Amino acid sequence: MAQTTLVKSFLPILIVLGSATAYGLWYQKSRGKIQAKAISGKALTASIIGGDLGSRATLVQFSSAFCTPCRATRTLLENVVADLSDVRHVEIDAETNLELVRKLDIRSTPTTLILNSSGVEVGRAIGAPKRDQVFAALAAIK
Amino acid sequence: MTVLEKKESSVVIDARGPRFSAAITVFVLAAALVTQSLFLITFQLAVFLIGATKGPQFTPYAFLFKSLIKPRLKGEFVPEDVRPPKFAQAVGFLFAVTAVAGLLTGGTILFTIATGFALAAAFLNAAFNYCLGCEVYLLLLRARR
Repeated sequence: MAQTTLVKSFLPILIVLGSATAYGLWYQKSRGKIQAKAISGKALTASIIGGDLGSRATLVQFSSAFCTPCRATRTLLENVVADLSDVRHVEIDAETNLELVRKLDIRSTPTTLILNSSGVEVGRAIGAPKRDQVFAALAAIK
Repeated sequence: MTVLEKKESSVVIDARGPRFSAAITVFVLAAALVTQSLFLITFQLAVFLIGATKGPQFTPYAFLFKSLIKPRLKGEFVPEDVRPPKFAQAVGFLFAVTAVAGLLTGGTILFTIATGFALAAAFLNAAFNYCLGCEVYLLLLRARR
């Protein structure tokens, strides 16, 4: 009898902490990773993203107000493009561009799209990307 | 890019504060969940309310951080915009209100689910530096309009 009560009172917390741990491990592993995308989508233009495209590549960052890693992502990407004359960084406020957010299926912030010279998405990172991964992704764009 | 910079709040706090507060929240909510204590969940509700309205840097947990933890930390100040943790506190507050309502009306299942979600969010924040606003806010906006 006492044992059933014990199980009953501790079962919820075990379920919560167990599933949160599983989700947290997946979260940590997936956030920031750049996923390559097959070149199939429609090209984005300067007027759609509200900023000029780079002649080789463009990093389009979607940000929001309640987002801690957005600031670090902005700093990193601005830093990356500072040394590359043919790559540009454009930051878009997701909240005021919901139509574009829906169209591109942006679900969380920061999300960074990597566009090639013609404005077609070739990869995206959900969460703050890693510096070397950004460089590797850019190097892959001829 | 210019849009965001204009909207940027000037209030920047030490990011380690909210994370420490999240760790305490985990213990309080865990105890509340196991004991179904009205006192504990109401106390946490009050903390969430302060965090969501005045800001996460004004809660009793933040006071503990400032007076006991921060002077002992060796690492550097980690700047963080106050808005993301404030948003998380507001979400926590809604779960706590639901949990208290459940407990008062005899809906223990409602209490358990609401407290469970708040606990999961606090735990994810403390253990994995989870950004609730990043994951949830845009989805809420997309669903609403």
